[in-house]
Amino acid sequence: MNSEISGVIFTYLLTLALAIPLGRYIARVFKGEKTWLDFMAPVERFIFRFSGIDTKKEMNWKQHLFALLTINSVWLIYAFICLMAQGHLPLNPDANPGQSADTAFNTAISFLVNCNLQHYSGESGATYFTQHFVFMFLHFVSAATGIAALIVVFRALKDKVTDKLGNFWDYFVKTITRVLLPISFVIAVILAFNGMTTSYAGKDTFISMQGDTVHVSRGPVAALVAIKHLGTNGGGWFGANSAHPIENPNYLTNITELVAQTLIPVALVFALGFYLNKKKFAYVIFGVMTLGMLMLLIPTMNAELNGNPAIAKMGISQPTGAMEGKEVRFGPASSAYWSIITTVISTGSINSMHDSAMPVSGIMMMLGMMVNCFYGGCGVGILNFYIFIIIAVFISGLMVGRTPEFFGRKIEAREMKIASLIALLHPFIILVGLAISSYVLVHMPNADWAVKPSAWLNNPGSHGFSEMLYEYTSSAANNGSGFEGLGDGNIFWNFTTGIVMILGRFLPIIGPLAIAGLLANKKYIPESAGTLKSDTSTFGVMIFAVIVIIAALSFFPSLALGPIAEHFSLR
Amino acid sequence: MKTYLLPSLKLTLLLIVILAGIYPLAIAGVGKLTPGHGDGETIQYKGRTVGYALIGQKFTKDEYFWGRPSAVDYNAAGSGGSNKGPSNPDYLKQVDERIADFMKHNPGVTREQIPAELVTASGSGLDPDLSPAGAQVQVARIAKIRGVSAQQLAQLVNEHTEKPWLGMFGPAKVNVLKLNIALDELKK
Repeated sequence: MNSEISGVIFTYLLTLALAIPLGRYIARVFKGEKTWLDFMAPVERFIFRFSGIDTKKEMNWKQHLFALLTINSVWLIYAFICLMAQGHLPLNPDANPGQSADTAFNTAISFLVNCNLQHYSGESGATYFTQHFVFMFLHFVSAATGIAALIVVFRALKDKVTDKLGNFWDYFVKTITRVLLPISFVIAVILAFNGMTTSYAGKDTFISMQGDTVHVSRGPVAALVAIKHLGTNGGGWFGANSAHPIENPNYLTNITELVAQTLIPVALVFALGFYLNKKKFAYVIFGVMTLGMLMLLIPTMNAELNGNPAIAKMGISQPTGAMEGKEVRFGPASSAYWSIITTVISTGSINSMHDSAMPVSGIMMMLGMMVNCFYGGCGVGILNFYIFIIIAVFISGLMVGRTPEFFGRKIEAREMKIASLIALLHPFIILVGLAISSYVLVHMPNADWAVKPSAWLNNPGSHGFSEMLYEYTSSAANNGSGFEGLGDGNIFWNFTTGIVMILGRFLPIIGPLAIAGLLANKKYIPESAGTLKSDTSTFGVMIFAVIVIIAALSFFPSLALGPIAEHFSLR
Repeated sequence: MKTYLLPSLKLTLLLIVILAGIYPLAIAGVGKLTPGHGDGETIQYKGRTVGYALIGQKFTKDEYFWGRPSAVDYNAAGSGGSNKGPSNPDYLKQVDERIADFMKHNPGVTREQIPAELVTASGSGLDPDLSPAGAQVQVARIAKIRGVSAQQLAQLVNEHTEKPWLGMFGPAKVNVLKLNIALDELKK
């Protein structure tokens, strides 16, 4: 078999082989059972004592949300101030300036919400101080926020009628000390030994073989890249993200980074099965997610390996596939796999330039973000999926003429209202943003911003439209990758995508938590012959249909104007 | 509010120290043990540093193997791709010009022999590699200019071809900088 394709298959199988035991481990951690990382317990006790937290105090779903939103607000203000002031702060060997208010607004939100849309370039727009004390810090805590929120939902699904859903701080801190920090450490060591830089030496200068003077940006990259992937964050050290040879030196690091970003989202699906002792239910979810991922992956690999038809017409050979925006050491197959993994999961790191990918790949990447729950980001992927489960239960219930029940709780009008609002929020914020930006582009081409609207698009025609569609989709899905040709470094994009990101993060956390909390309070109805079984393939098909109808079809018109139109123009 | 705000502030402070302080410093410590000591592995030639093993550099002279086109002109202070869409007419014109330029400098090479990476920009703009085909197609030109046999050069490219990882996974590649140093070291 072609070594590029076997590389992709190996990467996926390795992910599964690691994700299943990790899922079992995560379930044990949050059930409070013994694990081999129990030596972290004293560290946790110190953290709780220092912070004045009593982990024995159980919270209801509203208290969980208060805790979550309070600490996130603290981080937002902290990040914003640091980014504005970075020029005057220490650890700035390359003497980079502070960010403008609108860029700092966008960047602070972006990293807070696990999105990592970067409207600056790492080499010049951030300092070692902000890379560490803002970005790396938020990489950890934003991922832990998502996972802790998911654990609350796990807990609500497990217990019989109850208000008490554990302690948020406990879930949050243990996610860091038991999962994120130890695994990041292992990944960072692997990366460092493969040539990724770790030192604080700053830029270097050398004279090349041909006599050019070259400056090389460096930095303590390995520690950041480990958590950037493990936490499905995606915000890179360098502008070119994981296409940069220091941020992703070789094929082994490429596999490592791919496994790292897929690991926790897949493990959490299995963790759900182990935690609730409903393994079959977890397999159904895993099956639906994997099927969805493959349906996006296969056309993308096919398109990229076949190369660009417009370049084929020029008569040159594309033996490996389309190479614009791709690196030789990864090749188009692994780049295609990465571009789908990073979009179905909300990582948003890249190892090739998505803007230069084939139109079919562009459709698939955007669909991955529009659905946003084929695995999905750390914790939030399953929270998004949970919304679709609720809707699927409700619709199935109506179809067979029974009261819809899920895990012994009746789903009624209130839960359905929340679920519908959250499901519709995603298309709403994307398409409204797109409509506004299209209007501004046409009617205010010379507005006096850092980048004039007339200069926003790097490509003409339908591809330019795709650049804007991708940007809002990526923001709403908290993904963070981009069609980077878009001139997004100005107040319009900083502000609008900032708003879209923050809505696209917190409402889809609040919604599922509220539903889970409300359901946990309801009377438990024991399973009977009339209960809709949630752990069957029939139900899996039902969820899949709901996802396709709600998430994918609502975007069809906009996709038709963008990448679909471009696809047919390339023939 | 106090129930949540105070723990939030204290927890944030402590986690900043652990996650943004202790953790990266520990990794920096481990990095000291790696081959490049965490500074990145440099390549020495004739007693001076001529580049980084991982970072591609500009080779435009006919007597060297050319690397790939770069959207940032191999300026490693930054990085980035062209972000040109596959149907962009300006971009396609540019590719066409690169093909014409390559054929001018490599007479006798036909269009079908030119692999795509030689006329398309990489994602980082700093791609250090070529495919083996991308190096082989330049052998005739370099052999003529340097007055060495094409066979010897083809052999040199083969020696510098790095096989897929474990021989099974990913593409084969040639590091252009290392190849060009070996080229300069060849006895004429």
